[in-house]
Amino acid sequence: MTSIPGLVAQFAVLALAVLLAPMLTGWVNQCRAWLQNRSGPGLLQPYRVLTKLFSKEVVLAHNASPLFRGAPYLIFGCLALASAIVPKIGTDLPLNAAADAIALVGLLALARLFTALAGMDVGTAFGTLGARREMLVGFLAEPALLMVLFTASLISGSTSLATIVEVLAHREFVIYPSLAFAGVAFTMVSLAENARIPVDNPATHLELTMIHEAMVLEYSGRHLALIEWAASLKLFVYSCIGLALFFPFGIAERGDWIGLLLALPVLGLKLAIGGFFLALIETLSAKMRIFRAPEFLATAFLLAVLAMLLHVLLGG
Amino acid sequence: MLQHYGPQLVNLFAAVLLLLSFAMLAQRRIISLINLYAAQGFVLFLSTALVAWLTGQTHLYGSAGLTLALKVIALPWILHRLIRRLNVKWDVETLINIPTTMLVGIVLVILAFNLALPISQLAGTVTRSTFGIALASVLLSFLMMITRSKAVPQVIGFLAMENGLFFAATGAVYGMPMVIEFGVALDVLVGALILGIFVFEIRERFDSVDTRHLEKLKER
Repeated sequence: MTSIPGLVAQFAVLALAVLLAPMLTGWVNQCRAWLQNRSGPGLLQPYRVLTKLFSKEVVLAHNASPLFRGAPYLIFGCLALASAIVPKIGTDLPLNAAADAIALVGLLALARLFTALAGMDVGTAFGTLGARREMLVGFLAEPALLMVLFTASLISGSTSLATIVEVLAHREFVIYPSLAFAGVAFTMVSLAENARIPVDNPATHLELTMIHEAMVLEYSGRHLALIEWAASLKLFVYSCIGLALFFPFGIAERGDWIGLLLALPVLGLKLAIGGFFLALIETLSAKMRIFRAPEFLATAFLLAVLAMLLHVLLGG
Repeated sequence: MLQHYGPQLVNLFAAVLLLLSFAMLAQRRIISLINLYAAQGFVLFLSTALVAWLTGQTHLYGSAGLTLALKVIALPWILHRLIRRLNVKWDVETLINIPTTMLVGIVLVILAFNLALPISQLAGTVTRSTFGIALASVLLSFLMMITRSKAVPQVIGFLAMENGLFFAATGAVYGMPMVIEFGVALDVLVGALILGIFVFEIRERFDSVDTRHLEKLKER
């Protein structure tokens, strides 16, 4: 079942994803800078930050438990695995079949749980505050994400992401109105999950507003580097889920080796365009009050439910 | 090509119409509300024109043109002028908070879809599956009228309800006869104008356009 070339390809794709994910973050920041009439730090800035952090020494609180030290590795591992599960350039990689959409959401939830636990571990006020807020966002974002994935699963008749992509990209082209709703819902969820502007601002350390940054405030050195890297990976994973569900064209089918070669530049292009639109959304919208976030996510959830209803009504 | 994707496109427009109905229900700012109304009118125009082209019903082109002139250009312009003259840019106040309204909205959508299923099975049109969506957007506009306390959003809710009705007519029986359509269009236009004057009067009387004040006008 799992051939040697398959395994090699899987690891190549995984390595590529892990290595290139910070570049997506860099690209989004660069676009944001351009839109704000700044010259911007350049695409490679996240790598420079990571190198700097890796070379710095780790400062731990006296009462930090092993969980606090272990969490960054676990979070990074979860997200790296998630990035391997999502079909990016081909649907016939060994790990694509290993886990379906629900397992993927579970993996992301596990990473979130450990971020929150680590935030509370040292016992500072900010960490606890951030963890609580993260859970407030998470408990609404997760069902919405599941509903979006279920809509796509209803269309293709399988919860496996690889099958979904194959159905959407390689069967006869059909317009699915339900996917339009799911797309809007997914955009809202991924903005919230990736700590992007209407919900959270990744560039601020203002105590009243921060969510994600508050949780990781106690981290330093290589731990912080891993957490930042994991955040980049998370953005990459969400972008790839979005592309796989809503713009799956160009992802290679089973046994299509030429398509596989072509799929890589196509993926890069799609990510670049998606990143630009993310920066555009962030520039155009203002940050919400924290208590508006549940409303925002409830809207996303309702849209996702509507997508399922529409699928039932319109039959596609 | 378009013949093949036509019905699917109509479905897509229907879905966008429903999406806009929900967006209006969730919208707090009044200017955005008017813009959403205009966008809904535009989607209605597109879908009507498409249905006309798909079925060869030429009178539907007339309705599409009427929709474009009236609901995309004239009425939003009147509404924009109205709020400029009232000098109101406040956040829309709702009687129930927005998440609850949305939850009620989703229940209404389920209800409408259920109601529409037997009806749309009787209809012989290519667009019959959109009937449930049309019904849902009528109910959602109705909900918006009920849950908003200020007069201008209520007017917009009324106008959006007419959008839904028009869409229902297109979906179920390829539109109403031209005479009725003209009548309805004129009614809506005149209705908007009268409601505009009405809003002014409410403000003159109560220094606010909150329709809750009207409860004071009881006979003793």
